[in-house]
Amino acid sequence: MSPSSQAAGPALRSRGMSDLAIRNLFIIPTIVFLIVFNIFPLIYSLGYSFTDFRASTNEPARFVGLQNYRDLLSDPFIWRNFTITAKYVLVSVTGQVIVGFGIALLLNREIPFKGLLTTLLLLPMMLSMAVVGLFWKLLYDPSFGIINYALGLGTFEWLANPDVALYAIALVDIWMWSPFVMLLSLAGLSAVPKHLYEAAAIDRASGLYTFFRITLPLVAPILLIAIIFRTMEAFKTFDLAYILASQPTTEVISIRLYKMAFQEWQTGLSCAFAYIVLIMVLAITNIYVKYLNKVKER
Amino acid sequence: MAAVRTTGEVLRHRLAVVSLVVILFVMLAPILWITATAFKPRNLATTVPPTVFFTPEVSPFVKLMVKRSQLREKPTEEQLAAAPWWERLVLEGGEKVVRSGKGAVQPSGYPSRFLNSLIVATVSTVLAVSMGTITAYGFSRFKVKGEDDWLFFILSTRMLPPVVVAIPMFLMYRAVGLNDTHLGLIILYTAFNLSFSVWLMKGFIDEIPKEYEDAALVDGYTRMQAFFKIVLPEAATGIAATAVFCFITAWNEYAFALIMTNKRAQTAPPFIPSQIGSGLPDWTVIAAGTVLFLLPVAIFTFLLRNHLLRGMSFGAIRK
Repeated sequence: MSPSSQAAGPALRSRGMSDLAIRNLFIIPTIVFLIVFNIFPLIYSLGYSFTDFRASTNEPARFVGLQNYRDLLSDPFIWRNFTITAKYVLVSVTGQVIVGFGIALLLNREIPFKGLLTTLLLLPMMLSMAVVGLFWKLLYDPSFGIINYALGLGTFEWLANPDVALYAIALVDIWMWSPFVMLLSLAGLSAVPKHLYEAAAIDRASGLYTFFRITLPLVAPILLIAIIFRTMEAFKTFDLAYILASQPTTEVISIRLYKMAFQEWQTGLSCAFAYIVLIMVLAITNIYVKYLNKVKER
Repeated sequence: MAAVRTTGEVLRHRLAVVSLVVILFVMLAPILWITATAFKPRNLATTVPPTVFFTPEVSPFVKLMVKRSQLREKPTEEQLAAAPWWERLVLEGGEKVVRSGKGAVQPSGYPSRFLNSLIVATVSTVLAVSMGTITAYGFSRFKVKGEDDWLFFILSTRMLPPVVVAIPMFLMYRAVGLNDTHLGLIILYTAFNLSFSVWLMKGFIDEIPKEYEDAALVDGYTRMQAFFKIVLPEAATGIAATAVFCFITAWNEYAFALIMTNKRAQTAPPFIPSQIGSGLPDWTVIAAGTVLFLLPVAIFTFLLRNHLLRGMSFGAIRK
């Protein structure tokens, strides 16, 4: 701070609101709002998670202690939902990284209409997942769908086939979110210093060597952000899977939770389930935010 | 990239451009297909093999807007002659427009859902961005004890799966009568977008040099005046970008809307897929509703193109 502004300090405080008052006025309402609408409901549901409450009846909730948690953690069906979700996350995030990073590598050169091309490629990720799911149903239709026609697959069942449905949903997710990985990869690629490539060219390094020794290590941190972010989102997935298919093999965690809470009305049990999911998400988020801050500081 | 030199490089460059064109076509094909379907006559929407070339018509959009019922027999010449052009399109499709006792055209379920989406997304965006901007300023310019922990807290509220939050919110809203109301959905979307808005705006405000305000303070401005007259205009682009992101998020949101609304305050995302439910769906009408719903987002994507990276990474990557 310069000496003049320091001298002005006390005088300023006598005019208008003090900095402290402004800070509190600006920050506290938001914190209170988020506590009331995000934290309070969670405390509310923590209470219900120890009861056998059913929101569809008027019977009062009965305290059952840790029974809900015990039931859930020993329920093999719940673990199947976790396995399905893990498979979905693995397939869709891997697909997005390969496709997204691949397109970014192709785009990372001087070509006409690059800006327009990039923006058009980014369009899918901006759309509503529910509506995207809906129109992929039309594309996937076994008899009149354009996909079977274009690939010459006859009347291949995508969404009604329990073995294929989850991959079909992951494919839509890959279509939608590869652009996200592409966007972040492009930022990483454009930040690689050009002189490294020039030096590699002088040394007659092979394309493969340049890629693995220069490109990949320098893009890795930003690519990792993309991977963590997509992993978290894929873990939470609901819209696409819910709209596209209703197979037991596509029942990801969010869908199981939704059915438990709003179709079977096992409110107490679903609150406990929500808490198990919440703890898992917070753990992943913690890692993510720590990593974000690390990258930001560089 | 360095200037293209050898024949090998020229070839590789051309190959990349060709692949990009192919990729662009494949990526956009689903969107092009649903758009094409929205302009098809109903009998061409679900043909085997799929119809690629056809004379476009607007009847799906007319049908999307009005309540219709099946005609038992073909419309007569007089009926067709007496009807205005848009009603003729419906009649030719073997349906009639439902009118009330006084003869007023009854709207379908779509316009009210679209309007609900517009109201909920707009109001929640205004709230989230204005609260987010001042909170971001607070965090950016003043010392806050445990700042990183607060910012983590703010972000973590956004990371939860919507269904996890929706269960207790549903119970609470039921207790206070906020289920299926605009206000209920607005509050949810504001809370959801607020964390995003704080994070993104903090990045934008951090970039505005502190010296601008210091100079204004020396000139006799109060801190509030400096905020409104110096900081806000400087942050205008950031505010606009944040607002568009919040709007798109609220506009696209599905899970909360599905759980918290069913008719009065229902938004378009849960409504559009629900049309498939019974019988043979008229895909041209569903496609028309889809296209109309996706159009604002497509336009916004172009307006936002320079801020997409920043917005999608929660302000972590700024380029």
